[in-house]
Amino acid sequence: MAIELKMPALSPTMEEGTLAKWLKNVGDTIEAGDIIAEIETDKATMEFEAIDDGVITKILVAEGTENVAVGTVIAELEGEGDDASPSETSAAPAADVAPAPAPSPAPSKPVAKPQADPSIPEGTSFSPVSVREALRDGMAEEMRRDERVFVMGEEVAEYQGAYKVTQGLLDEFGPKRVIDTPITEYGFAGIGSGAAMGGLRPIVEFMTFNFAMQAIDHIINSAAKTNYMSGGQMRCPIVFRGPNGAASRVGAQHSQNYGPWYASVPGLIVIAPYDSADAKGLLKAAIRSEDPVVFLENELVYGRSFDVPDMEDYVLPIGKGRIMREGSDVTIVSYSIGVGLALEAADTLAEEGIDAEVIDLRTLRPLDREAILTSLAKTNRLVIAEEGWPTCSIASEVMAICMEDGFDHLDAPVLRVCDEDVPLPYAANLEKLALIDAPRIVTAVKKVCYKD
Amino acid sequence: MAKAAKKTQDASGKSPATNDGEFVLHSLQEAHEKNLKYDASEEELLTFYEQMLLIRRFEEKAGQLYGLGLIGGFCHLYIGQEAVAIGLQSALDNDRDSVITGYRDHGHMLAYGIDPNVIMAELTGRQAGISKGKGGSMHMFSTEHKFYGGHGIVGAQVSLGGGLALAHKYNEDGGLCLAYFGDGAANQGQVYETFNMASLWNLPIVFVVENNQYAMGTSTARSSAETEFHRRGTAFRIPGMDVNGMDVLEVRSAAEIAFKHVREGGGPVLIECNTYRYRGHSMSDPAKYRSREEVQGMRDNRDPIEGLKKVLLENGKTEEDLKAIDKAIRARVAESADFAETSPEPDASELYTDVLVEEY
Repeated sequence: MAIELKMPALSPTMEEGTLAKWLKNVGDTIEAGDIIAEIETDKATMEFEAIDDGVITKILVAEGTENVAVGTVIAELEGEGDDASPSETSAAPAADVAPAPAPSPAPSKPVAKPQADPSIPEGTSFSPVSVREALRDGMAEEMRRDERVFVMGEEVAEYQGAYKVTQGLLDEFGPKRVIDTPITEYGFAGIGSGAAMGGLRPIVEFMTFNFAMQAIDHIINSAAKTNYMSGGQMRCPIVFRGPNGAASRVGAQHSQNYGPWYASVPGLIVIAPYDSADAKGLLKAAIRSEDPVVFLENELVYGRSFDVPDMEDYVLPIGKGRIMREGSDVTIVSYSIGVGLALEAADTLAEEGIDAEVIDLRTLRPLDREAILTSLAKTNRLVIAEEGWPTCSIASEVMAICMEDGFDHLDAPVLRVCDEDVPLPYAANLEKLALIDAPRIVTAVKKVCYKD
Repeated sequence: MAKAAKKTQDASGKSPATNDGEFVLHSLQEAHEKNLKYDASEEELLTFYEQMLLIRRFEEKAGQLYGLGLIGGFCHLYIGQEAVAIGLQSALDNDRDSVITGYRDHGHMLAYGIDPNVIMAELTGRQAGISKGKGGSMHMFSTEHKFYGGHGIVGAQVSLGGGLALAHKYNEDGGLCLAYFGDGAANQGQVYETFNMASLWNLPIVFVVENNQYAMGTSTARSSAETEFHRRGTAFRIPGMDVNGMDVLEVRSAAEIAFKHVREGGGPVLIECNTYRYRGHSMSDPAKYRSREEVQGMRDNRDPIEGLKKVLLENGKTEEDLKAIDKAIRARVAESADFAETSPEPDASELYTDVLVEEY
């Protein structure tokens, strides 16, 4: 039975090539591995190797022929006996297979339906807790609940946390579950991701997210993409957490907001809470999630205290924004440290007769579009305040959402208040100039209210 | 989790001489040299032969399907390296141990006995593929077999493997992780970050450098200051083994020694398997960086399948016996190609599935 030799595709992009030279003639016996011909592609001259043994019976395309389409039969081979033929007969009809992608109907993108926050029973007491302690309590509760949860990172154990977030965990859970790593972000982000793939629930602390740039390959290529690439077989339930954004006077390499970077990646959950209750409730949710989570904290907020409900198991929904202050004249959207500035601005605006609603996004991916659009429909004016660069930011994403789905509700252009578009300077005066503050939010709000 | 400190400073700030009494850098290699070839039963010999031949024929067919335009993108064939995956994986305890590798992963999956149909169907991007057609040649996984991929970023699988080993130790399940990488990946920084932590934490992991002599088109001599890759664990106190990766019985012997060391709590081992790939790095390799004679020389003189064939013939098998095996394997591979060609592409609705596990 004749075996058809076809013009091979020799690169991912090749559609045709030149049959430069035949190295075998009709009647020649060839063995698997012999070079039969040389083929010129758009990239290089490549050798065409025989895959089967046999005798060449026909050469159908002469050497020197240009523009030979991939899949064209260029020669025929008589196989020895019928040994190889079953495979060939089955492969042969594949000539015109290159499956014309059937025009399938575009699937509809699933719509997120975030759950509401759990209701806090009447009579529940509240206690002031710092964000730092709330995060620690959240981790400790989840570690008590689930043996698979462990913490690893630089100085998380014996030093008690570079920012004291893991304080006391080593004493309670021991060195097996609170693991000091060497300074080796790429390596331990990979080890953490692998441990998650292997069934554990790692919390990987980055001393700050600036250092996670050394590890971003694992966060994105290993953690975020694996579930999809494996067709849902292999999960990576891991939490990458640590302080993010500008601290104070530490200069450009230690002061950056990575929210927009991670929020652009499908497969990741990105959370950036502001107050203690959200920090605790969302960190607990992050640890329980089957998906990889980037949990962005803020060093300047660690020491602030906020009321946390005295509830045994306070877990918040991922993907749900929160109205921090109700108002009717204008919406200020923010997250993380920006929420405090937005609330401060709202107080100032109230004194001037402008009633601002403040929304804390809390989760940056998936973003709570509904919270933004509902508030916009009510106030018809929106400003977004973000401690981070303006270009390709969460702010620009919120503006796009308002344009796409809230255009009819807009009475003024949406404005963004972000950091200046410069690496963060060290000098005190320049640093102050570069970062957002409440007065700038006030100015922008007045502008969209046409009150300036 | 840390081992006892090996070196401490006294009050004067001077380090006392390191006590190397228990340092076993060379002892595994010595054990291997004393017992170079695994003493396989007749049945095992036949199984190794069949498994290696299955990989060879499968890869040849994959190359063919690529030529026909049925497989797209990158496709890295394992032809020539078969003895490495079979020699090592045949020694695993599949109930406990895990395996992870890079993008040249078809052979490692076949070595597990994973159905060739679902592997080939993944290569052609079909719904029936092991990753539902969403992973492709470089991104295939089988958690059922504790095979954790199939990773496309050079070297990433080494630290992920460190994490799998950490999970074995954490869960006290007695398993070990076999983490493969190439001579190219051996120059990535994260490999050494992982060596350091794996040794520091005494993780149950066997690092395997499949040294096929070329990182894409760059020979080891042109890329590596130290081309004896088995020595590269020395700085982390990881014992190394230098193994002939073209002989399945030598690889298996090395695996026995290394796995025993790891299972007894000895910590990581680094095995260098010296091997050779006959085909290009991927399908679009112009093959200008090495001579045809070099490739042919390896095929003629060191081929792992031909080598084992000789052993089988010496042990009483006939040419006809082996031809029958080849015929059966060709038929099996042809069936997988048929399956991969005729299976439907993924449903359009799969575009949005598996991005996240949960709904938010």
